Amino acid sequence: MNKAEYKDVYVYAEQREGKIQSVALELLGKARVLADALGEKVVALFPGYKNKEAANELIAWGADKVIVMDAPELENYLTEQYSQAMSQAIDKYKPSIVLLGATTIGRDLGPRLASRLATGLTADCTSLDISEQRELLMTRPAFGGNLMATIMCTDHRPQMSTVRPGVMQKGVKDTNRKGEIEVLDIKFDSSKFKVKLVEKVKENKGKVDITEAKILVSGGRGVGNKEGFAKLQALADVIGAQVSSSRAMVDAGVMPHEVQVGQTGKTVRPALYLACGISGAIQHLAGMEESDFIIAINKDKFAPIFGVADVGIVGDAHKIVPLLTEKLSKLVTKK
Amino acid sequence: MDFELTKSQKLFQQMIREFAEKEVKPIAAEVDEQERFPSENVAKLAKLGVLGIPTPKEYGGAGGDHVMYTVAVEELSRVCATTGVIVSAHTSLCEDAILDNGTPEQKKKYLPKLASGEWIGAFGLTEPNAGTDASAQQTMAVADGDYYILNGTKIFITNAGEADVYVIAAMTDKSKGNKGITTFIVEASTPGFSIGKKEHKMGIRGSATCELIFENCRVPKENMLGALGGGFAIAMKTLDGGRIGIAAQALGIAQGAMDETVKYCKERKQFGKSLAQFQNTQFQLADLQTKIEASRYLVRAAAWKKDHGMPFSADAAMAKLFAAETAMEMTTKAVQFHGGYGYTREYPVERMMRDAKITEIYEGTSEVQRMVIAAKLFKK
Amino acid sequence: MNIVVCVKQVPDTTVVKIDPVKNTLIRDGVPSIMNPDDKGGLELALQLKDKCGATVTVITMGPPQADLVLREAFAMGADRAILLTDRAFAGADTLATSNALAGALKVIPYDLVITGRQAIDGDTAQVGPEMAEHLALPQVSYVVGCEYKGGNNFRVKKETEDGYEILDVEGPAVFTVLASGFDARYMSVGGIVDAFEKEVEIWPASKLDIDPNKLGLKGSPTKVMRAFTKATKAAGQVYEVDAEQAVDVILEKMKEKFII
Repeated sequence: MNKAEYKDVYVYAEQREGKIQSVALELLGKARVLADALGEKVVALFPGYKNKEAANELIAWGADKVIVMDAPELENYLTEQYSQAMSQAIDKYKPSIVLLGATTIGRDLGPRLASRLATGLTADCTSLDISEQRELLMTRPAFGGNLMATIMCTDHRPQMSTVRPGVMQKGVKDTNRKGEIEVLDIKFDSSKFKVKLVEKVKENKGKVDITEAKILVSGGRGVGNKEGFAKLQALADVIGAQVSSSRAMVDAGVMPHEVQVGQTGKTVRPALYLACGISGAIQHLAGMEESDFIIAINKDKFAPIFGVADVGIVGDAHKIVPLLTEKLSKLVTKK
Repeated sequence: MDFELTKSQKLFQQMIREFAEKEVKPIAAEVDEQERFPSENVAKLAKLGVLGIPTPKEYGGAGGDHVMYTVAVEELSRVCATTGVIVSAHTSLCEDAILDNGTPEQKKKYLPKLASGEWIGAFGLTEPNAGTDASAQQTMAVADGDYYILNGTKIFITNAGEADVYVIAAMTDKSKGNKGITTFIVEASTPGFSIGKKEHKMGIRGSATCELIFENCRVPKENMLGALGGGFAIAMKTLDGGRIGIAAQALGIAQGAMDETVKYCKERKQFGKSLAQFQNTQFQLADLQTKIEASRYLVRAAAWKKDHGMPFSADAAMAKLFAAETAMEMTTKAVQFHGGYGYTREYPVERMMRDAKITEIYEGTSEVQRMVIAAKLFKK
Repeated sequence: MNIVVCVKQVPDTTVVKIDPVKNTLIRDGVPSIMNPDDKGGLELALQLKDKCGATVTVITMGPPQADLVLREAFAMGADRAILLTDRAFAGADTLATSNALAGALKVIPYDLVITGRQAIDGDTAQVGPEMAEHLALPQVSYVVGCEYKGGNNFRVKKETEDGYEILDVEGPAVFTVLASGFDARYMSVGGIVDAFEKEVEIWPASKLDIDPNKLGLKGSPTKVMRAFTKATKAAGQVYEVDAEQAVDVILEKMKEKFII
């Protein structure tokens, strides 16, 4: 392969029901930095249906060019349809770098594409840089977040990576930015469409995504079970917070995956993170240590969570949380 | 010579430990507090085959061995001694008694149901006036055509009321003393059989311990277990096996108390240091862990001898004696290390101390174990 | 129905600790377990077997010690087990791993292939979809529910960030599942006793239908250049007080930060 043929930093502009996902804008922010370091362009790959106008938004957020793929087959995300569109675009334009959000879509599409293109893919990168040899340096946590690894893909193109939402910073939106919009027609092979979408259900309507919450009351092994989490919910209700969970409680089936904080769950940055009965495995810390203020309650005074907490309480969350709820609700009713 | 568990015993240990942590531990305090038989967990254990570990596959068992069975009782007792003794009494005292002494027909009829846990088993020997001196049996069995008619009372029977099958010792010929005792398999539905008062105990409070009442209870002759007059020998041999189970229970209680104590001593800080940093803590716990490990070797050696058809009576007695006394010492110290908290029900060591005591008493008191061990010493 | 489940033996990362002095990973004494999502995948396969009858084959790639997860799979109810073990597999990234698994799948019959969404030691979630592509099979990832609809048809529930999707799939297909969707059964005692009597087939690279250049380090487009432990931020203040006082500390700090 002639590496020189491949250039520019491409971002998969993920949309759902016509709405461009925040992670795509974050990736444009990072792609801008990488492209400037390489002296190359930022290009957004934008598959969807009847959504062409949104391409301008991608330009405002840092894209130099948007490749629009507009087809009824692309109305809803389905692996094969999107893989055909994206691989045709990549074959045609030969990007040097392709970035995708590490969402349920990006983590489904990314590996499928990498396999089709016979190239490497690095999952869940937390930092991306350009080396002196103009290679992409992809750094990601490994071993449950206990270790960081820097990975390169020197002999294959494109260099692909996924990045979790909330990890990269968006650039500054500039609606006056100028960019190119190109429409690419996709030739679909419908004989390969074996998966049909029957129904799409939104389950947590009205609930705030934990990544958007101002305050998180989070529980771990020390909270133990559903009854324990009910105590956290009571506290959260009083202060308008959301309840989140460590991986252990999700693996144990006590809490759903959507509220898992950590390397394999969500990265959160609330104003207050109240960690109850969470020991603080590194994989958990990776998802919450950027919080503005962290209060931790744990029985074990040697728990690693105290290493990142602004305030640590050595004690039993089962006792402290209801007491805190009681005092807070008195304060709230007084007001 | 090999001191390691086999690959399958280790894999089994992984499974039962996970089961104990996830299913048994969360309800252990409640089972104790409410004196509630943990039926839901007994059903789950049954489904996994834990109620028929050493029973051969041809009789619907898991085809495992007694070492594996001691691992089960140890791991369960580590978090809940009640659950441990339910499995132990069922397996050792009823299932093994039928497996070792039953006719092919009896085995075919009872073992598949016991091994699958469809039926729970129990064993009745102790009477108000026949405790350590089991030969003083007053429950009478009188032949009447195709039946034996049982009259009398048994007390302190583990799994009573929950069990569907009981192995019962009764006097068939008083003039012959020990040689006049015979064992019978009695189904709970037998007319004339009923459950008497339930005991309120210091420990193992979720285990059902009741009186059994026989009032002209008609047991078919084909339910005689072993030979006429062979009952005392069967009961003693069955208790030898049972002692391995109780030793494993004591071992589990001791290890569970040690686990809690180590955890607590790491967390608890006094005089600016964690308790774990005091040499007194370290030395006391080192001595206790040595005793726990010694108990484990005794328990597994006794089980191994049983599995290999070797005499194990004295081994079982030594295992039970040592493991029970270690459990009592360990749990008492565990409470002491926990201080005031240890005396409350907020921590499990208080329960463990109450649970430990029974292991020095049932299936032969520590004094009986010493008698068994001494008898072997002076036999020659 | 022939169902193949791909599993991985992983170190239990929840008990991995960092040496606070040397700042390195402590791997000693870390137990090896069946990857939780893969175990969920095996549970799905066994549920389908219970409901509609199936032969469940479990495949793993790893060192000879990975035999143990296959024994565990037998004890849970799997019918056949294959261990892909060969020096040629060493140093594989996700693409090379997916090539090896696909190479094995090409020589055994299957109607459905199931694997975990991701492994807890790598957390990439890439091997399943990459393998599906090599086999030209449709894939559904993040599966939390599955119903067999007869013929080659399955109806699956896929978890998404804001809810779920119901998808109809024409098999054969690859599903990658979440542990949370399938509460894995315990091994049965009888299963454990038998597990070591059964044969685990040991397959070297030569047994697979795959170009050897696509395996191991040679077949891996990505390379780890550097590994390091992460610095954590400075610790705050730790209070060892009773519950009442603890609540007061928390309230005071919340007021300070204008949270209340």
